[in-house]
Amino acid sequence: METAERIDEPARPDGGTNYLNVNYGIRSWLLTVDHKRIGLLYLGTITVMFALGGLFALLIRLELLTPAGDLVGPDTYNKLFTMHGIIMVFFFLIPSIPATLGNFLVPMMIGARDLAFPKLNLASWYIFIVGSLFTLWAVFTGGVDTGWTFYTPYSTVGSHTKVIPVAVGVFINGFSSILTGLNFIVTIHRMRAPGLTWMRLPLFIWALYATSIIFILGTPVIAITLALVGVERGLHIGIFDPALGGDPVLFQHLFWFYSHPAVYIMILPSMGVVSELITCFSRKAPFGYEFIAISSLAIAFLGFLVWGHHMFVAGMSPYASLIFSFLSFAVAIPSAVKVFNWTATLYKGAISFKAPMIYALGFIGLFTIGGLTGLFLASLGLDVHVHDTYFVVAHFHYIMVGGALMGYLGGIHFWWPKITGRMYPESLARIAALVVFLGFNLTFFPQFILGYLGMPRRYNAYPDEFQVLNVMSTAGASILGIGYLMPFCYLLWSLRYGQRASANPWGATGLEWQTPSPPPTENFAVTPIVEGPAYHYSEKEAVLV
Amino acid sequence: MTRDDHAAASTAHDHVVPLSVYFGIFATLLVLTGVTTAVAFVDLGRMNVFVALTIAVVKASLVLLYFMHLRYTARLTPLMVAIAFFWLAIMIVLTMADFVSRGWFTGLLG
Amino acid sequence: MSERATATARRGSLPPATAHQFDDAIQQHEASGLGMWVFLLTEILFFGGLFTIYTVYRSLYPEAFGHASSTLDIQLGTINTAVLIGSSLTMALAVHTAQVSRNGRLVALFLFATIALGTVFLGIKAIEYAQKFHEHHVPGPYFHYEGADPQQSQLFFCLYFCMTGLHALHMVIGVCVLAVLGVMALRGRFGPDYYTPVELTGLYWHFVDIVWIFLFPLLYLVERHT
Repeated sequence: METAERIDEPARPDGGTNYLNVNYGIRSWLLTVDHKRIGLLYLGTITVMFALGGLFALLIRLELLTPAGDLVGPDTYNKLFTMHGIIMVFFFLIPSIPATLGNFLVPMMIGARDLAFPKLNLASWYIFIVGSLFTLWAVFTGGVDTGWTFYTPYSTVGSHTKVIPVAVGVFINGFSSILTGLNFIVTIHRMRAPGLTWMRLPLFIWALYATSIIFILGTPVIAITLALVGVERGLHIGIFDPALGGDPVLFQHLFWFYSHPAVYIMILPSMGVVSELITCFSRKAPFGYEFIAISSLAIAFLGFLVWGHHMFVAGMSPYASLIFSFLSFAVAIPSAVKVFNWTATLYKGAISFKAPMIYALGFIGLFTIGGLTGLFLASLGLDVHVHDTYFVVAHFHYIMVGGALMGYLGGIHFWWPKITGRMYPESLARIAALVVFLGFNLTFFPQFILGYLGMPRRYNAYPDEFQVLNVMSTAGASILGIGYLMPFCYLLWSLRYGQRASANPWGATGLEWQTPSPPPTENFAVTPIVEGPAYHYSEKEAVLV
Repeated sequence: MTRDDHAAASTAHDHVVPLSVYFGIFATLLVLTGVTTAVAFVDLGRMNVFVALTIAVVKASLVLLYFMHLRYTARLTPLMVAIAFFWLAIMIVLTMADFVSRGWFTGLLG
Repeated sequence: MSERATATARRGSLPPATAHQFDDAIQQHEASGLGMWVFLLTEILFFGGLFTIYTVYRSLYPEAFGHASSTLDIQLGTINTAVLIGSSLTMALAVHTAQVSRNGRLVALFLFATIALGTVFLGIKAIEYAQKFHEHHVPGPYFHYEGADPQQSQLFFCLYFCMTGLHALHMVIGVCVLAVLGVMALRGRFGPDYYTPVELTGLYWHFVDIVWIFLFPLLYLVERHT
């Protein structure tokens, strides 16, 4: 598929059936086994969860507008940041890209008709719903205040809140992750189109393959650990309780064995999206395709070796801390490989600043800041100083929001024409992307300074001298909120009023662009045959539209 | 592996193991069970646990290789199993790195 | 589907049609096999969390673990190991029979033999649990231990019940699946052209066996020589 023109015939305005209009009614959605519809089911669900998590964030920032703990008391505040964390991490960020864009795109990008196990895929959504309902039930009947980390012994003997229902919700939710990962791995191994060798795969597929490895090898550990917390809390036996001979730090080991790699579950798919966006909007093949591809696997592997850097002040042996500190620095290498390769890809490219590209460029900058401050935290001495301060909060929000969420939004915009058959309003989207970028930095950059100055996290009150920076942060949060509301509104608007999208509005090279927008139920009329490497862009063309 | 070379792989996948192998493995497993129980009653000091685990690893490998046909499948499956056990080893070794070395620091001081 | 084909399918000699996402039955068979293996990898890490906890506490409290381990019934434990290995053999024979013959009754016979052995294992396990219950060795408020370091021994029993309990839960699930397969085998659903469910359940069953192969020495044989 050399150029965009050849396949750029307008999508059939009516007549042709696609996965959206092939049948109607609630049953056709709730019982669907089409990976594209399941992706949309997930999209709707996690948008609700994101709104809820965002609401908690809003309340947190409102409370921190003034130094006194006046809006909510300390107990309520504990619940607010706990539920913000649990909902955002387990019910939004972890499923965000894999379950929506991943479900939608993996079969299309590899030229398959569906995932290997469509029914398991639907089951994973239902499991996700059950897990979410458990958690929501707990949230609305009193909430939970352990912090999203469920640290023992507080979660087992200290807290009087709804720990067990939330832990059960997260436990159930884990199986939805496992099924998604299993499905992706089998699909990528067994269902690639003829000629689509590993080194011809889109980088998004590599990223999701690496993510799936973490899903299947990490998630079971958090599942069993939370199950034990539930057993310990429910039956009053001590596995992690120091009063009964247990060791609470052991819980932290097991928790972070999953939960540190879980950060890479959030960031790796975003990196995959960014690889697609950077290449498409600079009309160039990626610089060092193999390095970007393999660095995803390297991150998935090294990500499992660094969990101890969350525990430097938890009473872990200083010798183990040394090892974990060193290994944490090692994971910076594949991450930096990606950043350098994206930058080199931009070099002399025919760059066009479409909205998805703005998100991608924002991702590179914010991820770099988040990643480099991660190295501060991996340094033993400095970590003692800034541990449990807003420096940490700012650092991981640069990764999870500045990184993962920017990639998610960029991806949603980029593939929106493919998903819905409609274009989003470009200029509005560019403004929204800039609002998100500015709002994000105004929210979280002051928190680096706050943390460095010593403001601890997880308190609802603080000394007066921190107020200016906190006001800046809260102001930024409201701008950020507007930045998220804008895409929500105009994307919904575009469903009805957006310009009809052609099969390949960006002139991109992936297989998913070779089929109409929106695609038919089985994706391709004829199974595509791949004859060359991915990303055969010619630098002369600019992006159409 | 893409769709082209399925045929080659499927013959390997569907290997029919002779019955004699199954019965041989079964007998070996029973013998090893007896051995591991018997050895547990002999005082080998710290070696007891190593002997017990070695026998367990041998037994597990036999089940994997013959009952679960790992010996006859394409390379991918054994590789995946190896990776999973390696991941388990990461979890145990790095966790133990903490617990084993906790006493060292006070030891140096005292 | 033609009338004849439908009739054959009803008699059970035709495998179910290939699902729409696959090119052919071979691809489907391979994908299913790989899927089962990937699931077993997650199981390795699922049990792996417990094995990690076990390693840590055994290294911290070797003596208490040794003594507590010796209160387990080694005869029942050894018999159970043999029973489970036997069930693995019958399971392997069931797969083998389905691979080479159309003899549904024989496949079903081996499957039901596997169920029987699995049930025997669970029965013996229940006897052991009952003993522990009578001895007040079940962790919790009623825990009572006459030896030294009751607290550390309680940790051992926690792990004993969690690990064997999780293992037994997997056995129960396995027995249920095998029962369904047994009925399907009696109806002649399996043969050389289609035996994927038997093969995959076999993988699962052998995996459960492997878990026990490690649990047995780690729980029963810690310090028998003193």
